[in-house]
Amino acid sequence: MFEAIAFYLFAFLTIAMFFIAVTTSQALYALTSLAAGMIFISAFFFILGADFLGAVQIVVYSGAVMALYAFGMMFFDTTRDVKESKGNNLIIVGLSVLAAVLVVVIFAAPMVADNITPLYPIAEGVGNTQSVGVVLFTKYLIPFEVAAVMLLVAMVAGIVLAGKKMDLSLTEMSDAEIRDMRLEKNKKVLS
Amino acid sequence: MELFLYTALFAPLVGSLFATLFSDSPKKIITGIIPSILLVVSFLSSATLLVHVLSTGEIVHVKLMTWMQTGDLYIPFGFVVDQISATMMMVVTTVSSVVHVYAIGYMDHDKGFNRFFAWLSAFVFSMLILVMSDNYAGLFIGWEGVGLCSWGLIGFWYHKESATWAANEAFIMNRIADLGMLIGLFLVYWNTGTLQYDGAFEAFASLDTPTLTWIGIFLFIGAMGKSAQFPLHTWLADAMEGPTPVSALIHAATMVTAGVYLVVRSNELYSLIPDVGLFIASLGTFVAIFAASMALVNRDIKRVIAYSTLSQLGYMFAAAGLGAYWVALFHLMAHAFFKALLFLGAGNVMHAMDSELDPFKMGGLGKVMKASMIMMTLASVALAGLFPLAGFFSKDVILEAAFAEHHFVIYTVLLLTAGLTAFYSFRIIALIFHGEERYKLFGFHPHEAYKFMLVAMSPLLILAVIAGAFRTTFFSMVEEILSATEYHIHSHVTFWVMTIGTQLFVMLAIAYAYKKYTAKDIKLPDGTSDMENSFKYKLLINQYYIPHFYNNFFIKPYRELSKVFWKEIDQQVVDATVDGIAKVVYTTGDSTREMQSGNLSTMLKWMVAGIVILLSLAVVFGLAARVGLGV
Amino acid sequence: MMEIGLTHYLILSTILFSIGLVGVMRRKNLLMLFFATEILLNSVNISFAAISHYYGDLTGQMFAFFVIAIAASEVAVGLGLLIVWHKSHNNIDLEQMSTMKG
Repeated sequence: MFEAIAFYLFAFLTIAMFFIAVTTSQALYALTSLAAGMIFISAFFFILGADFLGAVQIVVYSGAVMALYAFGMMFFDTTRDVKESKGNNLIIVGLSVLAAVLVVVIFAAPMVADNITPLYPIAEGVGNTQSVGVVLFTKYLIPFEVAAVMLLVAMVAGIVLAGKKMDLSLTEMSDAEIRDMRLEKNKKVLS
Repeated sequence: MELFLYTALFAPLVGSLFATLFSDSPKKIITGIIPSILLVVSFLSSATLLVHVLSTGEIVHVKLMTWMQTGDLYIPFGFVVDQISATMMMVVTTVSSVVHVYAIGYMDHDKGFNRFFAWLSAFVFSMLILVMSDNYAGLFIGWEGVGLCSWGLIGFWYHKESATWAANEAFIMNRIADLGMLIGLFLVYWNTGTLQYDGAFEAFASLDTPTLTWIGIFLFIGAMGKSAQFPLHTWLADAMEGPTPVSALIHAATMVTAGVYLVVRSNELYSLIPDVGLFIASLGTFVAIFAASMALVNRDIKRVIAYSTLSQLGYMFAAAGLGAYWVALFHLMAHAFFKALLFLGAGNVMHAMDSELDPFKMGGLGKVMKASMIMMTLASVALAGLFPLAGFFSKDVILEAAFAEHHFVIYTVLLLTAGLTAFYSFRIIALIFHGEERYKLFGFHPHEAYKFMLVAMSPLLILAVIAGAFRTTFFSMVEEILSATEYHIHSHVTFWVMTIGTQLFVMLAIAYAYKKYTAKDIKLPDGTSDMENSFKYKLLINQYYIPHFYNNFFIKPYRELSKVFWKEIDQQVVDATVDGIAKVVYTTGDSTREMQSGNLSTMLKWMVAGIVILLSLAVVFGLAARVGLGV
Repeated sequence: MMEIGLTHYLILSTILFSIGLVGVMRRKNLLMLFFATEILLNSVNISFAAISHYYGDLTGQMFAFFVIAIAASEVAVGLGLLIVWHKSHNNIDLEQMSTMKG
């Protein structure tokens, strides 16, 4: 019973939030509603008993990713309205609905649905975090390591792409050179 | 013994490949010497094999490897040296070696010296495959090979339009005949299940006569093309466009005798269908006199010799058709020697006279070219069939055979032809070497050929003179494999009357020729004399208007048809279809290129559309599989 | 209606997915486009977690976990590229980004 209430409540909220994120003309509203939607999705994970996943969702998505987007908003004149592309709305909505419906049909079809057998079954009595940890570090170890490398690469890429004056390295310059550099900058400022 | 077989067979190939390496380079004397040496090696191997077969009567049979083995069809690359092939090998290698050495001198100043030897040795290789093969398929490979090399050699001076035309004519006519030969081969395989000689011959005995008749006819059609029997004869005279060594080798001694070889090899078939044999003999006789008549008036020395080859081929077919296969083979051998010698002598004359071919512009060359004169005269004597030279021993037996088998018409015609042969051969000799020296009027400065060329020709001379002595040896050798009929005329008196009578007739013809053509006041015929305007002269000099007929009734209509096919069908239909398909692809690509507008939004929309399509397909196929339709 | 089954979650997931698709197709601003992509990824995560719960299989949760990791790195790189573009062209309008016109 509680489950049903929770489900419908959060469902309604999530859909509303994401709808706003997609359709609003104000950039900041889009950002905030997206963040809210992320939090509500983690609620679903908790309902489904995927505690670890829910926690990760909040920390990574709402925390890190949305923070990144917030920094990205600096490239905006947030007082202006976000312009929309001039496309035929009917086609767009129609296509999306169609795609979604088809996906559901495929997964709800008895052919697929009846033939799914669990590969790593959930053990009773063991906490979710514990079981996730066991599977993650034994069966999914290689994807885990690869994901780690990928995150490292993404981080380095992000720094390189966004960095300014990257050819200058303060740690490798001697004190004399740093002093000269400061003098140059001050001169420029003063003149 | 197998070693000798392989050496004999592959030595010319090695020589040809060696010469091919240099075919684009300027003349190198080594490309003439090496193939000649290799050919002499082949000759020595063939001689060894001949001695072996002669002495032990043992046949050397090898299988090099399997060519085709699919289902019931089994065709190996097999070679056999029996009495027939040993004879042919000897003939081929002897004449080829002489011609190779001769050609080193003849093609001295030619730019395509290296290429010539490549083609020439390749030809010898193909001919050896033809005669040494132990099945009809191998024979056909050699058949095609000699056709190709003959094309390359006739059209050797390819810048000359007449030469390329003649080469194409030869090849195409041979091709037409090869169709008949192929049908014959198919029939052989269809009815006997094998193309091997021994297998097929065994099976022939159990086939019914109509089938055998068809096989015999079709195989003979193939022989007609190669050996230039009527009506596929026009190419032989035109083939004189090629260099003289080519004429000597191919169109006297080897390629044109391939047809005779085929009939002799298939003697077990033709013995079973004597009616076809009679047809062959009649056709051969007809060709003999037909060719001889055209040679009477011709003013091109090589053409005259070509017609005489044609005539002698007729003799060979007459003999083979009458069942006297060993006689045909013997005449083939003897003819090869003296005809090649005749051609090579004519080559000397042409070389001396700056490639002039009209004997009326020569005369009295005997004073300057003694050796060539002697050789050509002796060769002509052999051709005429005077005792004791080689021609007597082969030609006279053919006449005897015709008489003994009671084919009196054939006998008479062949006898008449013998007289005509003597006449026209000596007409040429007389015009060239005797009489007054007309060449001086035209500013020629003749000289004798190089010494080594004359030395090369001498083996042929010797053989032309003494080959007759081999008849009994030859007969005893081949009687194991060919039906060895000795032709006896019933009464001795008839025999002696015939022989002496033939000799007298021939000698009279020679004397008449000499008298007519060594007269003092022979002028260059210029179209005004009565003789030249008479109907029979015109008929003969235009080869009975047969080439004219072929040109108007076959070549021209075919050319028009080809043009129609080219312009209307090929260009408009086939090309248009192919272009149309390309255009469709191109326009489709052009119009769909606009999908890549560079606008991310649009492209994302297309992506979603694509996903929707794929998903629908998945659902449709899934449903179909679920319902059980075999989609 | 009361009993929440797998179908409910799947329908929810598809609704969110279609919302995401609409956003992807409509938005002209690159940053807004990224938002829509996030929506897509999240809807898929819900679907994975739901199937994992109802079939008793941990695989779904593992997948969702990795999807989150990948999404994070994708955002990092994507924003880096966006910054570079902004530096050179001073706008992030999709309509003006058609240099790869075919």
